[in-house]
Amino acid sequence: MTYALYILLFPLFAGSLVGIFGKPLRALPSQLLTTLGVAISFILSAILFYQFIFLNHAPINQVLYSWAVADQLHLNIGFMIDRLSVMMALVVTFVSLLVHIYSFGYMYDDPSKQRFFSYISLFTFMMLALIFANNFLLLFFGWEGVGLMSYLLIGFWFQKDSANAASMKAFLVNRIADFLFLVGIAGVFAYTHSLEFSQAFIAAPSLAQTSITLFGHPASVLTVLCLLIFCGAMGKSAQMPLHVWLPESMEGPTPISALIHAATMVTAGIYLVARLSPMYQLSPTALSVVMIIGATSALFMGILGLVQTDIKRVVAYSTLSQLGYMMAGAGASAYAASIFHLFTHACFKALLFLAAGSVIIALHHEQDMRKMGGLARKLPITYITFLCGALALIALPPTSGFYSKDSIIDAVQQLNAVGSSYTYWCLTLGVFITALYTFRCFFLVFHTPTRVDDPAHVHETSSTMWIPLIILAIPSLALGYLLFKPLIIDSPSWFGNSIVANHAALQTAAAMALDSLSHLPFWLMLAGVFTAWLCYVRFPKLPTWFATRLSLIYIVLVDKYGFDRLNDFVFVKGTRKLSQFFFAIVDVKVIDEGAVHGSGKLIAYLSQWARKLQSGYLYQYVLVMILGLLVLLFWQI
Amino acid sequence: MMSHLLSCMIWLPVLGAIMCLIASTADNPLYPRAIAVITAILGVLLCIPLYTHFDFHSGNMQFLENAHWIPAYNINYNLGVDGLSAPLIMLTSLTTLIVVLAACSSIHKKVGQYMAAFLVMQTMVIGVFSSLDAILFYVFWEGMLIPMYLSIGIWGGEKRGYASIKFFLYTFFGSALMLAVLLYLGLASNSFMIKDFYALHMTMPVQIWVFIGFLLAFMVKVPMWPTHTWLPDAHTEAPAGGSVVLAALMLKLGTYGFLRFSLPIVPDASNKLASFMIALSIISIIYIALVAIVQKDMKRLIAYSSIAHMAFVTLASFAIYFIMRNANDFSLAMLALQGAMVQMIAHAFSSGAMFVGSGILFDRLHTHAMKKFGGVAFKMPIFSAFFMLFALSNVGLPGTSGFVGEFMILLSLFKANLGVLMLAALAVILSAAYTLWMYRQVFFGKMNPDLETVKDVNLIEGINLCILGLMVIGIGVYPQFLLKMFDATAANLLHLSLATKL
Repeated sequence: MTYALYILLFPLFAGSLVGIFGKPLRALPSQLLTTLGVAISFILSAILFYQFIFLNHAPINQVLYSWAVADQLHLNIGFMIDRLSVMMALVVTFVSLLVHIYSFGYMYDDPSKQRFFSYISLFTFMMLALIFANNFLLLFFGWEGVGLMSYLLIGFWFQKDSANAASMKAFLVNRIADFLFLVGIAGVFAYTHSLEFSQAFIAAPSLAQTSITLFGHPASVLTVLCLLIFCGAMGKSAQMPLHVWLPESMEGPTPISALIHAATMVTAGIYLVARLSPMYQLSPTALSVVMIIGATSALFMGILGLVQTDIKRVVAYSTLSQLGYMMAGAGASAYAASIFHLFTHACFKALLFLAAGSVIIALHHEQDMRKMGGLARKLPITYITFLCGALALIALPPTSGFYSKDSIIDAVQQLNAVGSSYTYWCLTLGVFITALYTFRCFFLVFHTPTRVDDPAHVHETSSTMWIPLIILAIPSLALGYLLFKPLIIDSPSWFGNSIVANHAALQTAAAMALDSLSHLPFWLMLAGVFTAWLCYVRFPKLPTWFATRLSLIYIVLVDKYGFDRLNDFVFVKGTRKLSQFFFAIVDVKVIDEGAVHGSGKLIAYLSQWARKLQSGYLYQYVLVMILGLLVLLFWQI
Repeated sequence: MMSHLLSCMIWLPVLGAIMCLIASTADNPLYPRAIAVITAILGVLLCIPLYTHFDFHSGNMQFLENAHWIPAYNINYNLGVDGLSAPLIMLTSLTTLIVVLAACSSIHKKVGQYMAAFLVMQTMVIGVFSSLDAILFYVFWEGMLIPMYLSIGIWGGEKRGYASIKFFLYTFFGSALMLAVLLYLGLASNSFMIKDFYALHMTMPVQIWVFIGFLLAFMVKVPMWPTHTWLPDAHTEAPAGGSVVLAALMLKLGTYGFLRFSLPIVPDASNKLASFMIALSIISIIYIALVAIVQKDMKRLIAYSSIAHMAFVTLASFAIYFIMRNANDFSLAMLALQGAMVQMIAHAFSSGAMFVGSGILFDRLHTHAMKKFGGVAFKMPIFSAFFMLFALSNVGLPGTSGFVGEFMILLSLFKANLGVLMLAALAVILSAAYTLWMYRQVFFGKMNPDLETVKDVNLIEGINLCILGLMVIGIGVYPQFLLKMFDATAANLLHLSLATKL
């Protein structure tokens, strides 16, 4: 318990200190302080990991303090420290530490380093709060907290209008999701009178039997709640149609893209579904929805990666697609495989982003792949490590991505639920697409004739940048092989009973790798790499040929299926029009000019009339007095 | 002193105000400033015994004081506080301190008079919150308009004449009907003690008339749609201190009135008209938030946002009837009511704090038009960080004061009415939209050349922002220290508001 508290407090303390006293502290001490804070968190997480996984500590589910009490209702802040949260914390602090180190080099010439390091430390704190929460309140705090840090970091270079637009979009799209998430939390609270997960799990079976009427149709309470909560997950984990913010979040510094928009924050939605697996497991409808949305994102977001020219955006769309895989896995009840893919993806996608960042820095902030090419010799370390990440991403056996992704595809294949065959085909075709866009990017950046403006000045980046690359390359290759047995095969697995277990695969890691040779995904993956080679190395004219021949499809893809256009038209412009109407017509014209000034004028008019009574002529007053007296007299009689 | 604590809190500022006025005859503005700051600090210090001696387990009135005033009509100087009014009194003292501190660096014209106006305002507001006698309440209630009217009329912006008259007429129109209702209730119960009003039994038509009389007075103050148009004008023209007091204190009087008068005195009418009140609240939440999006003036935007947030209080106050009707869950109703109380306090530290911020900007650039700003974060990083905190509180981010009340209110609504919950929760999106849009226009983007010579906050402004920041985070992280004051009172109030009096 105290360990977990310290894991949270060190990044919080270091981050706030640097945030408040960054100026007098100066850059280097600030950077060291925050890095030290996260390093301590990482070591403590490793200790917790050892205690819980190898020494079999019992899960801790403890209240820290009473945040609010109303009558019988207690809203508590508390921690849930179990195998799932401990493993997540280890991954988060690991990636965060490497990103801290990497940022020494990446942010070298930026004047507001203190602010940057303060933000990423605070982000780490928020993410850990989210992970260790034992209730929806603390979870929501972390949830919104990481969203806030993401907002601040996307807009880190706030003089850039595009960055400001992107950060606001990210926050607002997440808020749309959180609005439904919040309604879901209210629902859980209304039915269990508690915000704690454990209470919700206890109530889940009876909630599955309870029904409420929605729009005149009866529905299972549990399904409704699961779907509402899933809406929150869709926002954070950028599932269609709430994915629109993630590609634009690439406006932020690249280390952020690695830490927040690949390895940690965006996986919070998957973590949430896994964390609440005892609820989701009882609602087949909710699971099917999760699975289908995940599968759709996996395939269709991957396809968009094919037409991007910005190196970071390719990796971003790839992240969207991989998040889709994880979500589909969770929807197929393969929570373990899903979290497994979350871990491996955290390593190889952070690696890919940081390697891309290394390329960008080497080319002096150039992100357009059309101005790259032939960098393999110039940036050997970046080249090798990027290749490791790419191989893991396309799931070449026996890299880490292979084990996790194939576990998900296997689980979906064996499933017999609504939408499972659709999901299977989406995920399988997605393998081809993944290989295609990954190696398109790889070839365009590192092979093919160079299109760099000034090739002579390109050289490998500083050691604080390439050391994290090498450290990440190792788990990207090996993590899958190591974790496959304890996470997927063993029963009980390392997850214990922190998530709902579902044993799909029952073979050893080595056998799985060999076996894959006879499976469809493997050959699709090879076909993808081959196609990429054909199109971008062997016959570089092919892509333009396709683009002109299939111009309609190409335009749709470049337009990103029109989501942005639609959002802009309906939500942004529509809201402004409505607001303008309310303000200019209802507020100003009807209420102010009509009612308020109108009643003023009415009174003025009446006073004009009343004024005539006060003529000042004595004979008129006397006349009225006499008339009054007469009336009174007759009244009395 | 404990037996006269409330009287001390009420009359001490008047003493300070008189001294300020005397001191203002000297040319040196330092004297009135020093006197005002010391008085305000003493006011805040008096809150400490109020909190430490407060009996958290009692829902009854405490710190009672009683003196004859107009015995012929049984009107007395009756004071007391419970868990609803005590936090509001503490808020009043703190707000006055903030306003006085802010004025130290921003007001150079008629300093003594300005300070005196806001100290008198403190007297009036604390008087309203601690009066147990309806006539005493009414005197303070109306008395408060005078310093507010003066502050807009003397230290206001260009259209201050229009704004101050509009403000005065709007609020005075509401109060006149309230006086009639109070007189009726006084005659009917043969006493002007508010707690004697609680015991009155009335038929439904009478209850509805009484309800309407109160409604007009209170809804103008909150303000609820459609009687809200005075507030943006008053805010835009008011000096920074006036805006802070308007947002942090004056709007609370409306919701305080609903909780102190409408619900417990005419519970059956409140129950019957709950749907109507909730509909008005929902319109306020959504409509006003939408209007806020298209504002070009920073203060106007904050003013509209302020209205939208206050609507949560009226929503929760009347949602208790929905909760009891549809879920029959006393605990959830308590949650809603306590949420409303927290929201009243927390709102002061988001809207009020943002008005302090807009005042700081105005002192430097002499404008509220957002397009005249841009890139303020370059030149004023400390100020920008604080303003971000207040903006986040306004957005309702967990960990800030703005989250607590709204979260509690939303939590209580699921079973009461899912539609109402969904509509109210839209505020989550809308508040983020207008607040971040404002922040982006003012603080981010390319730097406006006018900002070249601008300096970051000075010491006094820094202290002010720190006080506000601490409150924002304090309430957000540990709201229980406030809620524990509310608890017994809320239960008491809820029992009164749910008992039929037909």
